[in-house]
Amino acid sequence: MIKGTGRPVYEGVAIGRIYVHSKQQTVTDKKCADIEKELARFSEAKETAREELQVLYDKTLKEIGEEQAAIIEVQSLFLDDLDFVEGIEDMIKAGSDAAFSVHEIGDAQASTFAALDDEYMKARATDIRDISDRLVRILTGAAQGFRMDEPGIIVAEDLTPSETVALDKDKILAFVTRQGSSNSHTAILARVMNIPSLVLTDIDIDPSLNGRTMIVDGFAGNYYIDPDDATMKAMLEKKEKAGAYKAGLESYRGKESVTRKGQHVSLFANIGSPDDIKYVLDGDAEGIGLLRSEFLYLGRDSFPTEDELFEAYRKVVEAMNGKKVVIRTLDIGADKKVDYFNLTPEENPALGYRGIRICLTQKDIFRTQLRAIYRASSYGKVAIMFPMIISEKEIEEIKKCCEEVEAELKAEGVPLNPVEHGIMIETPAAAVMSDQLAPLVDFFSVGTNDLTQYTLAIDRQNEKLDAFYDAHHPAIMRLLAMIARNAHKAGIWAGICGELAGDLSLTDEFLKMGYDELSVAPSRILELRKNVIESNI
Amino acid sequence: MKSFEYTVKDEMGIHARPAGILVKQLASVKSSVKIEVKAKDKSADAKRLMAVMKMAVKQGDTVTVTVEGEDEDTAAPQIEQFFKENF
Repeated sequence: MIKGTGRPVYEGVAIGRIYVHSKQQTVTDKKCADIEKELARFSEAKETAREELQVLYDKTLKEIGEEQAAIIEVQSLFLDDLDFVEGIEDMIKAGSDAAFSVHEIGDAQASTFAALDDEYMKARATDIRDISDRLVRILTGAAQGFRMDEPGIIVAEDLTPSETVALDKDKILAFVTRQGSSNSHTAILARVMNIPSLVLTDIDIDPSLNGRTMIVDGFAGNYYIDPDDATMKAMLEKKEKAGAYKAGLESYRGKESVTRKGQHVSLFANIGSPDDIKYVLDGDAEGIGLLRSEFLYLGRDSFPTEDELFEAYRKVVEAMNGKKVVIRTLDIGADKKVDYFNLTPEENPALGYRGIRICLTQKDIFRTQLRAIYRASSYGKVAIMFPMIISEKEIEEIKKCCEEVEAELKAEGVPLNPVEHGIMIETPAAAVMSDQLAPLVDFFSVGTNDLTQYTLAIDRQNEKLDAFYDAHHPAIMRLLAMIARNAHKAGIWAGICGELAGDLSLTDEFLKMGYDELSVAPSRILELRKNVIESNI
Repeated sequence: MKSFEYTVKDEMGIHARPAGILVKQLASVKSSVKIEVKAKDKSADAKRLMAVMKMAVKQGDTVTVTVEGEDEDTAAPQIEQFFKENF
């Protein structure tokens, strides 16, 4: 049995098989010792790739359609392309190892295709990259494109947003990462999905872990690989007890979130994609306080169309059946890998060209999004929220865009429902100016993660600073009180949608400040409601 | 040496899939087969898929196909037939 520790980001106990999620192998310039053997390895890898593609072709044809299947077919034709194959064989004969040769020749061919003045042929560069990636994977023995056949525990260095987009969420029992922090993407996802998870673990990640049994104790921050019988028994008991606690919370389902003295607060959910709707319904949220738009832009290579955005928003709005859905416009920056935005790398993306700054500079991106959100409004109750605001001027510019889009849609005869407009208060500037910003909008929602990082000047991804990061810092508490006060003075509502909203030790404090809404991970709603109902405020 | 000219009618031009089938069929041809778009000064060995695709032959382009070798007499008409049916 191997035992280790990590920082728990969501409590609970999970028991299951390990799936190691490894990064794309980096290919280095290696020499091969035996040229004949290397040529034979390449030739075998080609056959393996061909078999894989055949399986993929049949599956695609059956499940998706002929057009997609044809793309797979083209890829298998590339496997026999003389320029491709001879180029690789020549490099091997000159002494390079097969994986490196495939990578180099694939790259060179893909680049020439990408440079062609023909949209269709340009797009084939992706197919060439795909086929050379496949060969490299086979040659280096890396796990074939991550796939889970049965529910299990994902063990990884860290997971990027685009990686998690591709995961089959139904099958994940827990996350265990070697890097990350309490606020990393994986941690946030674990809380949404309601699964025990550990970050900053001391685990040695190795493909040999695949398939072995692991227990993740999200209460104590421990994990066990190949647990012995005594540990398994103890953990099964713990798991059962946790289950019983959860079951106890069930009595709060469907109840109104009102304190003993009658103060009402709305408990909403934060979600990252329409797929999360099931967690929202399971969690008994009274609305959605933060629907992130980033998911629509990640893991693809071109901008989503207005219709695609509309369909995604509509799905959520419809599923909520008349309950409020606060949609946040795109909050993306140079830290997210979205090549087609052509964002130049920045020294300090958190303080850079991101969020509303992109939307107000590249208005076409913004308008497409606004049109999609307004169109979705007729399917329920929609509010729009704008991130990263620092000034009145921005709000005025946003309002102008909104008015134009609204008028345009009305002229087109598109049915619309009234939409509330609010801003995220997540910069110290917005917090300090909240008295002047409040009269311009319908609501405030405090993004405590960013507000804390900017106010304390602490990068929340840097685990070295975790010791300095005090989520309850008096400066934050003071700003929170001020924001609520200024909102209410202007007669608008105020909510909190950062992780802090779910901090049970602060619920009383937030109620005293008068917050009207708390938006948390869907899995935390019942627990928070229990806290509200039992509160004496 | 045998050659023929053909004007591409397919709206996609010579795109990946039929080009792939062409290359596959040509594997059994012993002669060398060259494909050219004289107007654009582009040419490629028709047995090399990526090279053919890189020519990015579009609808309306006239290609010249030249077959040269021991089986040119039987191969050329077959290739011409293939172009007519597929491009």
